[in-house]
Amino acid sequence: MGTGVRSGPHGSFPNASDGVRYRRVLKVADTVVETKPGDGHVADDPSRRDFIHIAAVAAAAGAGVGIAWPFIDQMNPAADTLALASIEFDLTKVAEGQQVVVKWRGKPVFVRNRTAKEIAAAVKDDHAEMRDPQTDAERHKPGKAQWLILVGTCTHLGCVPTFGGGDYGGWFCPCHGSVYDTAGRIRKGPAPKNLVMPDYAFLSDTKVKIG
Amino acid sequence: MLRKGIVLAAALGLALAGASAQAATTHKEPKDVHWSFEGPFGKFDQAQLQRGYKVYREVCATCHSMNLVSFRNLAQPGGPFYDPKYKNPNESPYVKALAKDYQVDDIDSETGDPVKRPATAADHFPSPYANTAAAAAGNGGAAPPDLSVMAKAREGGPAYIYSILTGYEAPPAGLKAGPTQHYNPYMSGDLGSYWSGDKHKTPEGGFIAMPPPLTADKVTYDDGTKATVEQEAKDVAAFLMWAAEPKMVERKQVGFAVMIYLIAFAGLLYASYRRVWRNQSH
Amino acid sequence: MSGHSTYEPKTAFTRWLDTRLPIVRLGYDSFVDYPTPRNLNYWWTFGGILSLCLGLQIVSGVVLAMHYDPSAGHAFASVESIMRDVNYGWLIRYLHANGASMFLLAVYIHIFRGLYYGSYKAPREVLWILGCVIYLLMMATAFMGYVLPWGQMSFHGAVVITNLLGAFPVVGDAITTWLWGGFAVDNPTLNRFFSLHYLLPFMIAGVVVLHIWALHVTGQNNPTGVDPKSKADTVPFTPYATVKDGFGMVLFLILFAAFVFFNPNAMGHADNYIPANPLVTPAHIVPEWYFLPFYAILRAVPDKLGGVLLMFGAIGMLFILPWLDTSKVRSMRYRPTARLFFFIFLAACLVLGWCGGNLPDDMVIKVGETDAGPIGLNFVWLSRIATFYYFAYFLVILPVLGLREKPLPVPESISSPVLAGDHSKKD
Repeated sequence: MGTGVRSGPHGSFPNASDGVRYRRVLKVADTVVETKPGDGHVADDPSRRDFIHIAAVAAAAGAGVGIAWPFIDQMNPAADTLALASIEFDLTKVAEGQQVVVKWRGKPVFVRNRTAKEIAAAVKDDHAEMRDPQTDAERHKPGKAQWLILVGTCTHLGCVPTFGGGDYGGWFCPCHGSVYDTAGRIRKGPAPKNLVMPDYAFLSDTKVKIG
Repeated sequence: MLRKGIVLAAALGLALAGASAQAATTHKEPKDVHWSFEGPFGKFDQAQLQRGYKVYREVCATCHSMNLVSFRNLAQPGGPFYDPKYKNPNESPYVKALAKDYQVDDIDSETGDPVKRPATAADHFPSPYANTAAAAAGNGGAAPPDLSVMAKAREGGPAYIYSILTGYEAPPAGLKAGPTQHYNPYMSGDLGSYWSGDKHKTPEGGFIAMPPPLTADKVTYDDGTKATVEQEAKDVAAFLMWAAEPKMVERKQVGFAVMIYLIAFAGLLYASYRRVWRNQSH
Repeated sequence: MSGHSTYEPKTAFTRWLDTRLPIVRLGYDSFVDYPTPRNLNYWWTFGGILSLCLGLQIVSGVVLAMHYDPSAGHAFASVESIMRDVNYGWLIRYLHANGASMFLLAVYIHIFRGLYYGSYKAPREVLWILGCVIYLLMMATAFMGYVLPWGQMSFHGAVVITNLLGAFPVVGDAITTWLWGGFAVDNPTLNRFFSLHYLLPFMIAGVVVLHIWALHVTGQNNPTGVDPKSKADTVPFTPYATVKDGFGMVLFLILFAAFVFFNPNAMGHADNYIPANPLVTPAHIVPEWYFLPFYAILRAVPDKLGGVLLMFGAIGMLFILPWLDTSKVRSMRYRPTARLFFFIFLAACLVLGWCGGNLPDDMVIKVGETDAGPIGLNFVWLSRIATFYYFAYFLVILPVLGLREKPLPVPESISSPVLAGDHSKKD
């Protein structure tokens, strides 16, 4: 166990009045403490794995998990962030052939009012060869072909594509030259996927809820 | 020996303690009110919170802001307009309707001019004044304090709020009150310099800049409860307690579970301790 | 700690690690096989409780710092946002605020245990002084932490305490301006207090490591004050002390939980829910309860500099205590006269705390009334009496008693009173 005999720091203590008693006391003490160095057992206790100890340790583990959860969950978005998880947008602000960029969940979102020509050009290419094939119908809500709502982040490395640029009249990303068509599909350049469609729903003909 | 010295020092202290003419602030202790949310198992009464909100909206919000509370909080669990059908408070139609009644400041995204627009669930309750200076100017030099945490910012909390609102009295003869000063015995103050009567009978309490805001039937309750001053005061105090601590009920419920667990855990550990020390004397 | 390590690595990995960085061996020697006196009572569980508190404060504090905004314009609102919007933010905030009070409650109990049982006496002087350093760091941390919510008490408490340093002649004003980063407590002050409040607990953790190291060199004191003389006097730390410390911790947590969940603002002040306003001073500026005794000592002296010096002197007494107490007997269990003065000392500290929370001129015992005002014992004079006793205890009583008292017979060893059923045993 490693405890040597220590002497008192302040000199002598009062002598034991009964030297015999002192020696007997020491002997009793010696037989009581039958601990082996290093294992901390009391040798006369056969079942070390007492249920009560397991239960106590299990309760401690339970408490640990219980207290850990709030500390982990607090890093999840707070209620005020979640409150801005969806926005409503008034579509009358977007003229035909134009787009408005809104901020949603910290990202830019293109709300584009397509002309008939732009819609036709997109539909025509529905089965053309492209990296991420999708039909135009998959890119808008049914019956609302003129409204294209897409996250304005290039799927290559995240730059914001410019409106109307590139060969297809859709978008052009100036960072590495990705070209999107009027349905937001990647046609040329390094981007791997089409512009992402966020979750959205029409609350009325003139109002849309994004997110 | 030293003990005698202490007694001597105490006696000396008594003899030497000077009379000090320090003025003292006094106030009446808040009235003893019982709330549905008091005690370890207390809960807010949703109907009361709705009535209290109405009082806040129609009476208090004219002058007092509540800028740390958002409209969406009203539809959170435990709040006045919580409906289990709308788990996401941002979707609650009640909240959206209530919010639309308020105008909040915003910037026009096209021109950059400051505009006012109807509030959404995510907005905070707006202040009736543009800033503190305007608030003070509009209220005789004293800006009405924000009510977001008022129920925690005063000793006695909601009981204090109830006492102030129901405690206005006509100033006793000999008390000189200015036009913007209203005597209220529950308001902490020192009336010594306004009192011309017997110096030992200075009325307790102080002046509050807010005139009595509540009268009977000032608000018509939707659930038909009789709107006495006491009822209005109680309801708005309960609402302000909710506004100050919307998580109170959740806190108490989690607390109950935690206490049970800790007490059981303590029992297990004690048994484990006794078992470990079974053959050891100490 | 004498003797060599008995750790034997059992697996290949632990053998490999042990020859490269014997950290498991260190842990084993310090907390598993470490010989602990068998007669420690529950006052000895507070060391473990304090470590738990430090860990809790650091974890909850780091998490709060993820959401807190240390600018004068947004601090108050950011704390309320934590309470309302952050998932479980209310819980983490209340844990941290009440945790500070519980941490200081535990440290006071721990200190008073040391005073009673003579744990500061040789060879534990350095251990004791490291403890005093930890206490000072804790007070600085707690003070700065209380400023962060930027309520009325936060702000005006900071004004009062930082103004104290202006009491020093010649350099006083320069120091306060330097501390404020401006002409008054304002945004720069808040920012630097946040930075230091984040830093200091890690310094506390470092000094705690030294404190435990110093403890393990000399070994624990015990209620008899007699050093362990043989294996009969000690038990291995694990499981004996581990399980007892664990039980003590859970009892402590029950008290803690009662505050956090059912009365979380009991130890605070309502005025701190009013946003800070430099133009309006609260009617009654009070620090948190753990500073009240020092506040009373500060106000007991009519001179500003005198009050500051006496206040720091009160803490200074702790540092030099090992050399003030001349007794050859460690534990007050065997020093009945000293024990009496100790309990009066404890009462004096509690009285000082009570005085700190009251206005100096308010009456404790009113004897009469004159035209000029009431006569009797007021809080200032009560503080002076208690302060006098506080310093007398350290500077006069303890030095004199050690030379003059007649202590009870001290047992020869830890085991003898335990096994012979010593009737003089008193906790």
